[in-house]
Amino acid sequence: MTNNYDILIVGGGHNGLICAAYLARAGKRVCVLEARGSFGGAAATEAITDKCRASTGAQFLYQLHPQIIADLALEKHGLRYARRNLPTTVLATDGKHLTINHDQLTGENVSAADQQAFSEFMDEMQAFAKIIGKLIDQPPMDIFDLDWDDKINSVKLGWALRFGLGKTRMRELLRIIGMTMFDLADEKFDNDLLKGALSFDSVLGTQFGARSSGNVLKYLFRHALSNKSEMDLPYGGMGSVVNAIEKSAAEAGVGLRSNAKVKSIDVENCRVVGVTLENGEKLIAGTVISNTDIRTTVLDLVGSRHFEADFVHATTNVRMRGVAAKLHLVLSEAPDFNGLDPELMKGRLLIAPSAEEVELAYNAVKYGELSERPLMEISIPSLCDDTVFDGDSDGDGDCHLLNATVQYAPYALKGGWNDENRAELIERCITQLERYSPDIRGKIQHVELLTPLDLEKRFGLKAGDWDHGEMALDQMLILRPVPGSSRYNLPLDGLHLCGASAHPGGGVMGAAGRNAARMILKGEAK
Amino acid sequence: MKKYDAIVIGAGHNGLTNAAFLAKAGLNVVVVEKNDYIGGASVSRNIHDDWTYSNCSYVCSLFRPEIYRNLELGKHGLQIINIGGGATLMENGDFLGSYEDHEVSRRELIRHSPRDADAYDRFSTDMAKWCRFIRPFLLRTPADPTSFRPRDIQELIYLGRKFYDLGQKDLHHFLRFFTASISDYLDQYFESDVLKASLAGSGIIGTGLGPMSPGTAYVLLHHYMGDMDGSVGSWGFARGGMGSIANALAGSLKEHGGEIRTGQGVEQIIVKNGKATGVALENGDEIHANIVVSNLDAKRTFLGIMDPKDAGEKVVKAAKNFKSRGSSGKVNIALNGAPRFDALPQGSDLVNGFIHVTDSIERMERAYDDWKAGTWSKDPYLDMLVPTYADPTMAPPGKHFMSVFVQYCPSKLTAAEHNGEDWTDKTVTAFGETVLNQISKYSTNFRDLVEHVEVRTPREIEAEIGLTDGNIFQGELTMDQLMFNRPFPGYAQYRGPVKGMYMCGSSTHPGGGVMAAPGANAAREILLDLKRPNTVPEDEGDD
Amino acid sequence: MNNLAQNAGIKQDHYLQTIKKTPFYNRQKEWDKVNQWHRWGEYTVCDVFESIAKEYFAIRNSASLFDLTPMSKYRIKGPDALAFMNRLVTRDMSKIKVGRVAYVIWCDDAGQVLDDGTIFRLGENEYRLCSQERQLEILKRNAIGFDVEFWEETDEVAAISFQGPVTCRILRNMGFSDVETLKLFDLRYFDFQGEQILISRTGFTGDLGYELMVSPDKAEALWDAIFEAGKDYAVRPIGGNALELARVEAGFLQAGVDFLPANETIRPGCTRSPYELGMHWLVKLDKGVTFNGRRALINEQKNGSRYRFVKLDVEGNKTACNAYLFDRKNGKSIGATTSTAWAPSAKKNVALGYVEMPHGKSGDVVWAEIYYQKELKWNRVWAKCLVVDKPFWDPERKRLTPPADF
Repeated sequence: MTNNYDILIVGGGHNGLICAAYLARAGKRVCVLEARGSFGGAAATEAITDKCRASTGAQFLYQLHPQIIADLALEKHGLRYARRNLPTTVLATDGKHLTINHDQLTGENVSAADQQAFSEFMDEMQAFAKIIGKLIDQPPMDIFDLDWDDKINSVKLGWALRFGLGKTRMRELLRIIGMTMFDLADEKFDNDLLKGALSFDSVLGTQFGARSSGNVLKYLFRHALSNKSEMDLPYGGMGSVVNAIEKSAAEAGVGLRSNAKVKSIDVENCRVVGVTLENGEKLIAGTVISNTDIRTTVLDLVGSRHFEADFVHATTNVRMRGVAAKLHLVLSEAPDFNGLDPELMKGRLLIAPSAEEVELAYNAVKYGELSERPLMEISIPSLCDDTVFDGDSDGDGDCHLLNATVQYAPYALKGGWNDENRAELIERCITQLERYSPDIRGKIQHVELLTPLDLEKRFGLKAGDWDHGEMALDQMLILRPVPGSSRYNLPLDGLHLCGASAHPGGGVMGAAGRNAARMILKGEAK
Repeated sequence: MKKYDAIVIGAGHNGLTNAAFLAKAGLNVVVVEKNDYIGGASVSRNIHDDWTYSNCSYVCSLFRPEIYRNLELGKHGLQIINIGGGATLMENGDFLGSYEDHEVSRRELIRHSPRDADAYDRFSTDMAKWCRFIRPFLLRTPADPTSFRPRDIQELIYLGRKFYDLGQKDLHHFLRFFTASISDYLDQYFESDVLKASLAGSGIIGTGLGPMSPGTAYVLLHHYMGDMDGSVGSWGFARGGMGSIANALAGSLKEHGGEIRTGQGVEQIIVKNGKATGVALENGDEIHANIVVSNLDAKRTFLGIMDPKDAGEKVVKAAKNFKSRGSSGKVNIALNGAPRFDALPQGSDLVNGFIHVTDSIERMERAYDDWKAGTWSKDPYLDMLVPTYADPTMAPPGKHFMSVFVQYCPSKLTAAEHNGEDWTDKTVTAFGETVLNQISKYSTNFRDLVEHVEVRTPREIEAEIGLTDGNIFQGELTMDQLMFNRPFPGYAQYRGPVKGMYMCGSSTHPGGGVMAAPGANAAREILLDLKRPNTVPEDEGDD
Repeated sequence: MNNLAQNAGIKQDHYLQTIKKTPFYNRQKEWDKVNQWHRWGEYTVCDVFESIAKEYFAIRNSASLFDLTPMSKYRIKGPDALAFMNRLVTRDMSKIKVGRVAYVIWCDDAGQVLDDGTIFRLGENEYRLCSQERQLEILKRNAIGFDVEFWEETDEVAAISFQGPVTCRILRNMGFSDVETLKLFDLRYFDFQGEQILISRTGFTGDLGYELMVSPDKAEALWDAIFEAGKDYAVRPIGGNALELARVEAGFLQAGVDFLPANETIRPGCTRSPYELGMHWLVKLDKGVTFNGRRALINEQKNGSRYRFVKLDVEGNKTACNAYLFDRKNGKSIGATTSTAWAPSAKKNVALGYVEMPHGKSGDVVWAEIYYQKELKWNRVWAKCLVVDKPFWDPERKRLTPPADF
């Protein structure tokens, strides 16, 4: 029995590893326990066919905190990029695509007014993102429970808000923060594809639509850490990012145990004493940090009886409703999107033709149905990453992988998921792709679809929710994951949270893990 | 020519309230109204024979009691009668009744879900908390959060204090409430679909949002925070129709020496040297005064009766971006007898209250999907009331007036099915038919009783009373258009872009509903600028 | 999992019946001379049958019957029943054996009291919870993750409180053998006319007494049997007014009067913690398992309470009804009275109330400003109040087992 750890971390997703690495670097003896054979959770590179490996969960890297990359020396530990600063191209059925590159728009239908407005918009968003970035970097502040750091931070924040932004922009931020992207984009732009792209970025992963208030804040969160909305494709898929974090953690002395599924977090006399693994092994530690979502942590691993009833009730009210599926298509040759420039194909492709289409796709999911014309976020990693294929299935060396995040496909599909509606979703996706790439069907050699239910089974994402709790106004900041527990500690002595359920939420961001580590160290210093 | 101290444009209830308080302070005030009658949306009219229709607004709860008392509206003929109970009729033939008696209401809930019966008490307590929190703000001017003026800082401290007073747990809960959708919020309390639907209705009335849209929980509160004689959340109707409110306000105004000119639409606000100096009327006349107050909505004010050069680029842009989509229709019906709702037991007095027919959030949300698509709801949410059961003045004996509020109905028909054709008399009639059919589904004798129908889509509402796109709140009640953001940031303190020009309509804080608070708040600000003694009452509080 | 009360049986036209009658109603009506009734939950119950004095002295001198049927009653059973109850309430429920009744309070997460009541341990995994307020939503909220089922049984149980010095004698006359061996807070089933009757030695009067629960169709038979067996002992039904007098005299708290259930308060600061109600003995912070309010109560122990609940022996004979309490005459207002009475047995002017900390320690003196009316004329008087820690009325016979005959 190994009892020589101070801290156990349940779940080896990126946040768990990052949290562990920071704690270990501060001198703690930490062990990360991962249920699967490999670390990383939904940031994974896995086999799609026997010859094809790619990111099966998250696929783009755009939010990983620069401070974390530096602190954990991730580049030294092997973080490499297949391609950086990806442009986003919003596909059009008529071939008049729109490409967004930082604050530049290119495409046949881009008006000078839109270009001008978009540059101004991005400039403003960057200014706002700085404020949001400050919020992301620190635990949420509770006016009833401010420590000195909070007081200093709140003064800094107030200063940045009023003087950093200036009066006009501060007013604008306070106006748009609760707004819908549908309206905001409509105020500023004419181009439907642009409005579609902005809407898509505001709703990804949530059961909300373009017209749902508050999605602008979600958009701001998404952009807060990405300098000018840059996006990268990591070389070797998302799994390689995790490998780098893993190596950094190992170097810092973190114990890493895979295939160590935690059955329960154990409690004695109202405090955490350790965990029990599925195989019956018991590990002892006075501090347990859960990288799983709050519901799994509270209801399944600890058990609701060790918490007070109002807290349990609040936990059951955390909305988790996965709406995104993953689609992996192995193609016999590169797809053609109505003549889209091959260089741009190496970027990020969106099927989100207008804000109205985003909203229309959302309509279905409200009633537990599949979108008729699903939205997609696509990469073709094989165009710039030679690790994707280990030889073709047809041997001619030009196979490609189309990696798509598909929305909306509800976890709680009416009638439940079965082969029939899985086939239906695949068909709807391919039909949707055909609108933009008419000959694509003939090129498909292999199809893999991961529904939200599959994502739950494979990665342990409860209810298929990538964000461990929907990113919506009423579940963000001080209200995340549940009011009163937003500062990485749960109301049980020795138990903490470091995953996406905690502030600032989902995305391969690492901020939750880093903030949690800092709060835990601070708590011990007291 | 007579010289006035102040001109109020539009004789809606807020314009009249504003004018009355100014007149009470000794100002020489004139209200100019484009229609031949006053009231704006607070109006009763004889459209058919001996029937009086409250053909726009139809009930009253939000009206500030402090204003009622201060302007002596009772003396000027206003009587607000309590409406008790109501029912949501269900597709399966059952119903959920809301009874005035707590125990009976509870038993009714048990009939649908025993647990929800007790959860309802918790819900009511929580709603009472939010009402108590929000109500003192109704008769206050929102602070400008970017300002360092002592008054704004004081007001921000007051806001902070109020938040702090809620306590940690309730503050968190309130923030969740304020940002949640009514559907998600109710899910935290209840399991019964019909109960959730019956409560969620108040979260969508008048808005361009569905019950699953964040922000609708606040809209529910907006309809909840009123009271009748201290009973929070109760509604009443004005004896003689909603026009009685406008008439009483006019009576009070006149008593204080104010003047009302009807049939005189304003062409433009005259601005000279950056100061408002009067208005030019559509008939060519001019009236002069150093104070010009617009009761029109923000879009009509700044895009309609103000020269863009006077308003300034920033304000014009903000006015263009101000969201004021129409989402509601109204069908007013003269009936030859009392309609019987098949689901309700014979003799049930629930018919005296509000009757709804939408029994699930999903149906409500689907009704919203139709609106988004650019057409009226095919399975509309109806808020029906027959005030003549209690008010003998509005219809001949034995006959009834039925007011039917309809959600959703768009201001423009853009759905494919309409082939690019906006509202026509034919589609207006078709919309009316949809509503009559919906009622008939729940009342077999209804059709035979119909004597006359007045159908009002946002188009008619805009044409008659000038609400842009027929939005009943003079602008949507979304998070980005509340408090210091209403109507736009930097202009939430009732002052317009030029000196001497003010806004007093529901486009300003605290928004729509027959509340009279915007009019009163604007009057307070005007008197402050004039350094005159304030005549506007403060919130009397409930602690 | 949670078998909630069935809604079957409630008809659409239930609204026609706005007032329900308890199974004892018809019998009680025969005693009614002054027509003073009020609503308790859905039922109508009597305030006074004839005279408060007669009814009060039935409690203290002979035997009284009070109809408890409207009290909220819930059955809780299942493998996790003990764990469930232990998480719900502040007491250590593992100490409450089968056949015992526990007086308990329960809190929300913030450590504020939701209600007080009694828990009957009917079996190894079976409990009955009796309370003033309705608890179904709270039980449901608490049941997440527990293998228990529960349902409301208010209407299925006819309950009557039988209190007074001769009650044991009468029960023995009725043939309930060994009933005298019941100790305070014991419960036991007895045979009654082919059915089971639950008798517990509990009550709300601070005197010898029992609570009897049967199925509603045996209610009248039970009533008749008591009067038959007690015909020589001046048994009489009592209304709520006499009971109120007895409970204030005994120093018991009443929800909605002496404190408000935390989930029903709207204004901040109107809730009370167990410590602020003087219920320290009901809170077992170290019972080894989590219970609702535990963390907040630990903090309160550390940081101090806001209020103290006080029993006051008031000078003079004017009851301190709705009176402010002051630190000294004409001094600073520090609290208020919540329940008051002229206690006929203790022959004391008594009051319950709250004061701000650190005032109100046992033996302290606080002052009440009392307003009272004589023939439409209002008078004001300052009264010195002594804080006492013992109940105003606490006779030996309440605990004595077996009880004496009289």
